[in-house]
Amino acid sequence: MATSAAPASGTTPLPVLVGKSEIKPTWCPGCGDFGVIAAIEMALKRLKIPPYNIVLVSGIGCSSNLPHFLNTYGFHGIHGRSLPVAEGIRWANHELNVIVTGGDGDGFGIGAGHFVHAMRRNVKLTYVTMDNEVYGLTTGQASPTTMMGAKTKSTPSGVIEHPLNPIALAIASGATYVARGFSGDVKQMADLIAGAIQHQGFAFVDAFSPCVTYNKLNTFDWFRQRVYKLDSAGHDPTDINQAFARAQEWGDKLPTGLFYKTDRPTYEDLEEVLQAGPAVKQPAGLVGKESILDEFL
Amino acid sequence: MPEISVRTGGAAGDGIASVGEVLGKSLSRLGLHVFGLNAYQSVIRGGHVWFQARASSDPIHSQGDNCDVLLALNKETAQIHFASMNAGSTVVYDPEKFDLADGELPVGTKKLAVPTLEIARKYSNQSILQNAAGMGATAFLAGIPFPVLQKALADSFGRKKGDIADWNIGAAGAGYQFAEAHSGANDHAVKPVGEPKLLMTGNQAIALGAAAAGCKFLAQYPMTPASTILHWLAAHSHQLGIVVKQAEDEIAVVNMAIGASYAGVRSMCATSGGGFALMVEGIGMAGMTETPLVVVESQRSGPSTGLPTKTEQGDLNMMLGAGQGEFPRAILAPSDAGEAFRMTVKAFQLAEDWQTPIIVASDFHLSESIMTVERDELPFPGPIPSLYQVQPNGSEYKRYAYTDSGVSPRALPGQPGLQFKAGSDEHDERGRLISDVLSGIPIWVAERTKMMDKRMRKLEGLRAAGPAPALDGPADAPLTFVAWGSTIGAVRDATNLLRVKGVSTNLLRIPQVYPLATSQLVPLLSQAQKTLLVEANFSGQLGHLIRAETGIALPNRFLKYDGEPFTPMEIAQKALEVLNNGH
Repeated sequence: MATSAAPASGTTPLPVLVGKSEIKPTWCPGCGDFGVIAAIEMALKRLKIPPYNIVLVSGIGCSSNLPHFLNTYGFHGIHGRSLPVAEGIRWANHELNVIVTGGDGDGFGIGAGHFVHAMRRNVKLTYVTMDNEVYGLTTGQASPTTMMGAKTKSTPSGVIEHPLNPIALAIASGATYVARGFSGDVKQMADLIAGAIQHQGFAFVDAFSPCVTYNKLNTFDWFRQRVYKLDSAGHDPTDINQAFARAQEWGDKLPTGLFYKTDRPTYEDLEEVLQAGPAVKQPAGLVGKESILDEFL
Repeated sequence: MPEISVRTGGAAGDGIASVGEVLGKSLSRLGLHVFGLNAYQSVIRGGHVWFQARASSDPIHSQGDNCDVLLALNKETAQIHFASMNAGSTVVYDPEKFDLADGELPVGTKKLAVPTLEIARKYSNQSILQNAAGMGATAFLAGIPFPVLQKALADSFGRKKGDIADWNIGAAGAGYQFAEAHSGANDHAVKPVGEPKLLMTGNQAIALGAAAAGCKFLAQYPMTPASTILHWLAAHSHQLGIVVKQAEDEIAVVNMAIGASYAGVRSMCATSGGGFALMVEGIGMAGMTETPLVVVESQRSGPSTGLPTKTEQGDLNMMLGAGQGEFPRAILAPSDAGEAFRMTVKAFQLAEDWQTPIIVASDFHLSESIMTVERDELPFPGPIPSLYQVQPNGSEYKRYAYTDSGVSPRALPGQPGLQFKAGSDEHDERGRLISDVLSGIPIWVAERTKMMDKRMRKLEGLRAAGPAPALDGPADAPLTFVAWGSTIGAVRDATNLLRVKGVSTNLLRIPQVYPLATSQLVPLLSQAQKTLLVEANFSGQLGHLIRAETGIALPNRFLKYDGEPFTPMEIAQKALEVLNNGH
């Protein structure tokens, strides 16, 4: 089977910093996602993680196109299933930095079940959601975070469901790093994402990332008038009760920053098999283990 | 006697399966060929469950038809299974539990009254010990030396030593001695014939095959009859260095397995039809991203949740059609434990060589029956090579490069300089999407066709690389059975029954159900005088596939969809009808 390319020529490419790929973002001009990708790139450069040790994983949606726009490894899978793919990657090779990106529909709608379980496992991942309170790529239907009363193509009389609270859900589900950023403040978001990547456990960063085409309610201006920073408001992110209380704030005041952070062993710390190193680097097969058959005699 | 079948029946919770497994293990340790069928219902207590352990000095491939010893733990068992008692057979029962008048017994059968409850009370007030006493009596009638039974029973308690194991062995011994003293001439007994044989379920063989093939990651969600793959690999996870994950659902399962494979380990997921239905979109993604994946689909009776603990081969159409669009896949269908092991190994090899999903199609009957297997039927592959296939060489890396075989060199995340994106959207040779801004532009329209052609070339590779169809038996036989999967076992036994009657038949086995090796299949089918398709489904799904791929119709069909496995006698009977009247 001719699957092997030519052997290494001896000139291994030098590790370089994360940067943009040759693919230009396909987002609408002014999209909030430009702020998020800038923050991710900034954080990765600051942490000097080589791009070949990073896997960006996503599902489907405007924001899920993000992995194509940076020069890392990437897996752009099906709708709502980015987290299980990312977990599988971690359990095969936990030396990789795995960053999952996606939208509110992908993560909190079709993917909500995986969201909850990945957090309770405390898999070491960074999960950045570009939360624009609408389905953009499918041209403007209600999402799980669309506000009550909002009129969309699928809710012409206004949404009659209470919106999902990603921050409160993350804290309740066992995420060990829970933060919120805003595309209008790239520096803060880069700090939050850098913290998330360094965190030993499941790190969730929900990013307000306005859709300039299909959401005329939750605009940049709308967010700008409401956001305030938790770290300048005396919030203690080690206090889960304070974190829950801040997570309930919605309306005139929208907190951003680090809601909650705690230390708990990761899934990879507790999985016995991985104590011998990444699965991908371990021996495989039954050669030398023939005695396994004795139990069937 | 060269052969014996021992049947045990009672209510769920009576420990019927344990009795059957201990008797089966005892018989396989005498060097006999064994096949054990566990017939149970989707309840934890109550209902009617039974287990048939069949053993022979000659190879056997199914549970057979009738029994020679029936251990009836309740009256219902006696009533249900009287019809399946061979001439000269014995029913073992406890008159303290129910009466059995001589007039109730089938003509030509005997009864042996054993005080199982009285024996049980000597050890403990746990009436479950009655089955140990009954098992002891049954073992005597089967010709199992007591030390062999005692060892098998002790082993079944594993690390659980102490009173409970001692009580069971004591009760079994008392039952054994009682039968020895009261049964008169024992004409059922089998003779030891050689060294102990390996005894395992189809699922254990699949799990073992996965381990031997270098599997490092299994994801699974519990579902009968696939769950025991999860159980065996979870129990051996640390010993074998295999990460085993019970996930939140089968959608997570398949996506985790794909993620692990993308990152460079051999990975597998296992389920039954309902879970497979949830995996379908993920399987298509493995095809599109060209990620190796092994999926075990152990079928049970459908549609929907169907008969959870009963067998069927009704999911072939779903496996063939799983996933939107078209992508290369193969479906391997093992017929017994040895094949289950070897085909699982083969599935990993095909998945890796052709970078696409490979399905191992089992079913309840194969997955949960126990059967003996020879050591040389389980060849362990040599050292498993690393999956790192490509090194940076300074030139531009194309993950999806066009090749003659359709297979492109695979880099793994972590390798410097080879970064690429695996996308479930259509993409070019370098993994760049052509689904969004580029779709519809003429050069990219052409690119789409080239990329589809590249992927689909792998289907032709798989057609040649998989296990070939095979004809067993005399080539000039007047009747050719056509079968796949676990059904093959009962067909083999039927051909033996027919041969004894002087009727010559042969068997065309189709181990790789898809893609069919038509260049080998067509001559084999064309040479057949008459054919009889045997499938456990309503519509003859393999027959439809064969006709679609070869144009050859198989007019004589024996289709069964009552949830019960085929028996040799009913197949032999059908064959005689076809020979007399069929097309």
